[in-house]
Amino acid sequence: MSELEGSGYRGKALELLKQAGCSVGDILRLTRKDKTYEGILIPRSGDGTAIIIKMQSGYNIGIEATDDLSVEKTGKGTKPTFASPPLPKQNPLLPHVVIMSTGGTIASRVDYRTGAVRSAMSANDLYGVVPELADISQVDTEIAFSIYSENLRQQDWSELANKVAQCIQKGIDGVVIAHGTDTMAYTSAALSFALQNLPVPVILVGAQRSSDRPSSDAATNLIGAVKAAGEAPFAEVGLAMHDTISDAAIAVYRGTKVRKCHTSRRDTFQSINDFPLAKVQNLQLTLPSNNYRKRDPKRQLVLKPNFSEKVALIKFYPGLDPAVIDFYVERGMRGILLEGSGLGHVSKFCFESIKRATAKGIVVAMASQCIWGRVNMNVYDTGRDLLGLGVVSLEDMFPETGLVKLMWALGQTEDPQQATDLLKTNIAGEYSTRTLPKEEKLYYRGEP
Amino acid sequence: MSKAPLDYSKIGLKVGLEIHQQLNVNSKLFCSCSPELFKDEPDITFLRRLRPTQSELGQVDPAAYFEFQKGGKVLYEANHKSSCLVEMDEEPPHPINMDAVEVVLTASLMMNMQPVDEVHVMRKTVIDGSNTTGFQRTTIIALDGWIVVGGKTIPMQAASLEEDAARKTATHDVDKTTCYRIDRLGIPLIEVATAPVIYSPKEAQEVAFAIGRILRDTGRVMRGLGTIRQDLNVSLPNGALIEIKGVQTLDLISTVVEYEVQRQLGLIGIKEELAKRNITPDSLKPELVDVTCIFEATKSKILRKALDKNHPVLAVKLSGFAGLTGRELMPNFRFGTELSDRAKFWGRVGGIFHTDEVLTTYGITPQETELLQKTMQASKDDAVVFVADTIQNSQDALKAVVNRAQEACFGIPQETRTAKDDATTRYMRPRPGAARMYPETDIPPQPIIPELVQNIQAHLPEPSDKKVQRLIKQYTLNEKLAKQIIDSEYLPIFEETAQTSGVSAATIAAFLTETIKALQRDGIHTTQVTDPQINNIFKIIGSGELAKEALPDVFSWLAKNEDKTVQDAIDALGLKMFTETELTTIIDRIVVANKAQVEKLGKNASGMLMGVVMKEVRGKASPDLVSKLLKKLLAGS
Repeated sequence: MSELEGSGYRGKALELLKQAGCSVGDILRLTRKDKTYEGILIPRSGDGTAIIIKMQSGYNIGIEATDDLSVEKTGKGTKPTFASPPLPKQNPLLPHVVIMSTGGTIASRVDYRTGAVRSAMSANDLYGVVPELADISQVDTEIAFSIYSENLRQQDWSELANKVAQCIQKGIDGVVIAHGTDTMAYTSAALSFALQNLPVPVILVGAQRSSDRPSSDAATNLIGAVKAAGEAPFAEVGLAMHDTISDAAIAVYRGTKVRKCHTSRRDTFQSINDFPLAKVQNLQLTLPSNNYRKRDPKRQLVLKPNFSEKVALIKFYPGLDPAVIDFYVERGMRGILLEGSGLGHVSKFCFESIKRATAKGIVVAMASQCIWGRVNMNVYDTGRDLLGLGVVSLEDMFPETGLVKLMWALGQTEDPQQATDLLKTNIAGEYSTRTLPKEEKLYYRGEP
Repeated sequence: MSKAPLDYSKIGLKVGLEIHQQLNVNSKLFCSCSPELFKDEPDITFLRRLRPTQSELGQVDPAAYFEFQKGGKVLYEANHKSSCLVEMDEEPPHPINMDAVEVVLTASLMMNMQPVDEVHVMRKTVIDGSNTTGFQRTTIIALDGWIVVGGKTIPMQAASLEEDAARKTATHDVDKTTCYRIDRLGIPLIEVATAPVIYSPKEAQEVAFAIGRILRDTGRVMRGLGTIRQDLNVSLPNGALIEIKGVQTLDLISTVVEYEVQRQLGLIGIKEELAKRNITPDSLKPELVDVTCIFEATKSKILRKALDKNHPVLAVKLSGFAGLTGRELMPNFRFGTELSDRAKFWGRVGGIFHTDEVLTTYGITPQETELLQKTMQASKDDAVVFVADTIQNSQDALKAVVNRAQEACFGIPQETRTAKDDATTRYMRPRPGAARMYPETDIPPQPIIPELVQNIQAHLPEPSDKKVQRLIKQYTLNEKLAKQIIDSEYLPIFEETAQTSGVSAATIAAFLTETIKALQRDGIHTTQVTDPQINNIFKIIGSGELAKEALPDVFSWLAKNEDKTVQDAIDALGLKMFTETELTTIIDRIVVANKAQVEKLGKNASGMLMGVVMKEVRGKASPDLVSKLLKKLLAGS
């Protein structure tokens, strides 16, 4: 019997493997002329057509399924067995933290037989990978869902907010959410608006290096996140990741003021127009300011988990065709976030389209594509004209948080005016009235 | 040690070789950084901890796991020229350097190997810090070939292409930090492995030499210290398979193998002796005793220093080991050294003492030793090992000592050893289990298309025997010199210099082989002198501005003074050639000073005066010119 479903083989290779009755994991002998190759059949991904085997030396090689290649099965594969290490003793004096996974592989292990990386998410697995957790908290794990972060939608934010709320209502000391980093800052903003009046911290955490590699940042980030969730004096939605490229300190950022700023670095997340809430170094928490809501387990959580999907983001660029705006209006959008240039501008050619949009009761808001700094639409005529057309300035909120907030505001009410009022109200630290010079980004100074 | 030569075939010695050499390509294997090392202060440093991944728990390299548990950290140093985010593990690798793949394909085809159809990059787990990722990227390019060495066919198992590792620059015990410089990380390396079919130390060296020659024939490998590393797998039927890492020069290989055979035979002897003495692992217990009080008034400087830091002296008894601890296994290497290596590795101590040593050498009195043996209830058949360091280090060290002693009851522990410059080997780490490799998913499989292989096959570099004939013809070298230059690392620069400098090819070849060997024997680091410098020296000689007699001096000066130019050397050594006017003045003076002789000998005085003048101006004037001027002056006087 041959089981090659999902093995990735096609055409001639699949034919040869089927004839020989091979399944992934079986031992094969491939012969061409006077050369033979022996090894375990490995599944294939991508477009190649070669048969991949893992040789005794551990190396994989690909042998093309040519007409003169013969395939012979010489042994049956064995399923890998994995024994989890014994669970460490839970210390009842330590804070109780729930780690919720959403599909990222914060913990995983490698099956060296086939090279597959499997995620490991039970409490057992986590303790196995990060035994230090047992010294800082009592950990429970929960799988919220299993979706790649780029496939998350507004309904998933709602579901996640509900699950976190249920957890918190059980009286735990903090929640950690393991999340793919690509859209983690969107989720952190969404939860910041959905989970109001928090009694304990909710900390998102991810990894820039996959957890199957010894250099992964997953474990250090997780330790920092669990420490903050269990012990931080604040009750905010935060996001915990590497502060620098060293495995030294973990920064905890405010959920509405954090953005992914680099495609691959460990310290990709940065505070925008704000300071981090806390840093965790050598298992010590330090807080640069007391600008936060204090932890209070008795406080009643207010859950507002609804988001509108009828919101569009339009990035302005020179020559933007106003028909793009018209298109969204015709598609029945209820909100449009303009990512304007500089202090908050779009070209005068867009004015008519914006006018039609606001006249239809669509909420149009302005954030800046500069990312850092504050929108100010009073400086130039263009800005003043846009204000006159009913465009709402989002001040020092950067576009992604602005977008999430617009979705959330329109999820709370059908009324454009009420939504606009909500949009303008500071709910979760998304607005700050002062911008300090120290917040300028490391990247702009060219520092490593 | 002078002993009767061993019959290695009788002993059943088997050696396999793994030769690694850096490739001379323009950029690293998985990014566009320049493959060069830096000496200055780093531009950037960053700190990391490597964590054994889950499936390795229990089977991970125990030494690395031990390091991790003890809180070992790694401080990486980088500069902008030699490293980017890829080496820092801050960016995924770029596609594989195809130029490097082609060099390995070339070498593989020259060794009659069969290229694979598709190259798959693997991750080989290494968590000692030498790779920022925690694994080394490596890939097999070709398999299953052969070369002929001394009439015997040596099967070649595989040719791989892998990234070189970061280089260790310091270890700080206090904060458990190891420093690595990541400039070397990612430099492409070819690895060529033979089957374990080499049966004598001499043959091992010959095969290594032959492989090295083929690699040089590609014209695409780096030269100099640190660019080539030989690993040896040495096994004896009653011994163990020992992996010896990092033999840096070819000349050492046969001695390293000889010493390893001696060590294994010695350890088999110790095992037999222990069996006779009825010593089993159970006889050896890690019962550590605090013996600080014995040494409270000690005159031993080493112990005094430790005691002043409030460190205790801990001791352990090795039952039945009297006389064995001091048994020599290799030159200047006793079984006690094996114990000490383990203690240093696991316990981070500077060394250990044992009662098979002459302890008075360390200022330990016979009374103290006697009291120690009494306290430890050691009989005359037992050995006592003791150490003075922090409690934790001392405990770890002595536990490792007991562990090693227990292993001696079974024979030879499987381990990875590192080769020293004196050809002895030292404990490096336990031998890792089966290679833990998994695919590098960030790099897509790379097909090796038949057209590429055919093209390389059709343009293979000139093999050595043909090259000898060509050199003899093209440069009118004698056969001996032609062979020597081919076996040296200097063939490419020889050809370039012979064609451009105007100096005779034989002079250049003789210098690059015989003179350089002589300089090496005198301890000059000849590899410090770069190819452009060599070319430049000969060009200056060719132009008549430097005498060829000055070559060794200029070369040696450059080897000692890095980053200086040939002109700097000429200035510093005062080797600037005399002008004709200056020479005339000198000769004039000498003729005047020897007036009496000149008058007596007349024109025949030139032979005598030539010697006097040359003594003064050697290296700064050509003898031809001196002779000409001298004759002219004598004729005129």
